[in-house]
Amino acid sequence: MAAVLRIPTVLRPAMGGATTVTVEGATIGEVLQTLTTTYPAIKGQLLNDDGTLHRFLNVYINDDDVRYLGGVDAPVANDDEITLLPAVAGGAA
Amino acid sequence: MLTLSNDLRDTMVATCIRALPDEGCGLLLGTSEGPDAVVTEIVASENMAHSAKVYEIDSRVLLRAFRRADDEPIEVLGVFHSHTHSPAYPSPTDVKQAPDPAWHYVLVSLRDLPTVVKSYKIANGDVLEEDVIDPTNDVGGAHG
Repeated sequence: MAAVLRIPTVLRPAMGGATTVTVEGATIGEVLQTLTTTYPAIKGQLLNDDGTLHRFLNVYINDDDVRYLGGVDAPVANDDEITLLPAVAGGAA
Repeated sequence: MLTLSNDLRDTMVATCIRALPDEGCGLLLGTSEGPDAVVTEIVASENMAHSAKVYEIDSRVLLRAFRRADDEPIEVLGVFHSHTHSPAYPSPTDVKQAPDPAWHYVLVSLRDLPTVVKSYKIANGDVLEEDVIDPTNDVGGAHG
């Protein structure tokens, strides 16, 4: 499946400066694995060593957070729009 | 320098007070020129961590804000959150998890009255406080 992936500002320098990229994969996990092969510098920011989603990354298929769609197993359909955004978190702890 | 009107400052503080006993949080929208920014809108978020010690912006609020920034002449300038029992200074967690060096990080301390609001740039682990200016004041900063 070919989908369009929107790249957040903070990842653009490591991904050649592009704002979007066309990606292939049947699931979000496959899409992100493919991205890390193409752009090894961002690997640690997308996936954990065990292949699960990085804690501080939000991944959306169209308008939905993939955490509610099965995480890395979330299916990707043709012409879906995938958006990556850094999770925004912190606190006094 | 961050330009923040007293009205928007009050909106931000009210968001944080409503979230008590948890930390309150939200996004800053507006325009920027180099390191300086003008906040034109405060977007409150539920604290998805539901905690008095940590916060996390609702991922749906985040997506909507970035979508708007794609379509409208505004930017996502940064984030605000409260410290309920500690000063308005970024904690080690805040520094470690700061997502974007271009962002403005506003801290609201509810520890003392009057409430303290301060803004910082956080890049590569370094924390630098910046001036917060109320545009209706001719000189000086915003004083609550």
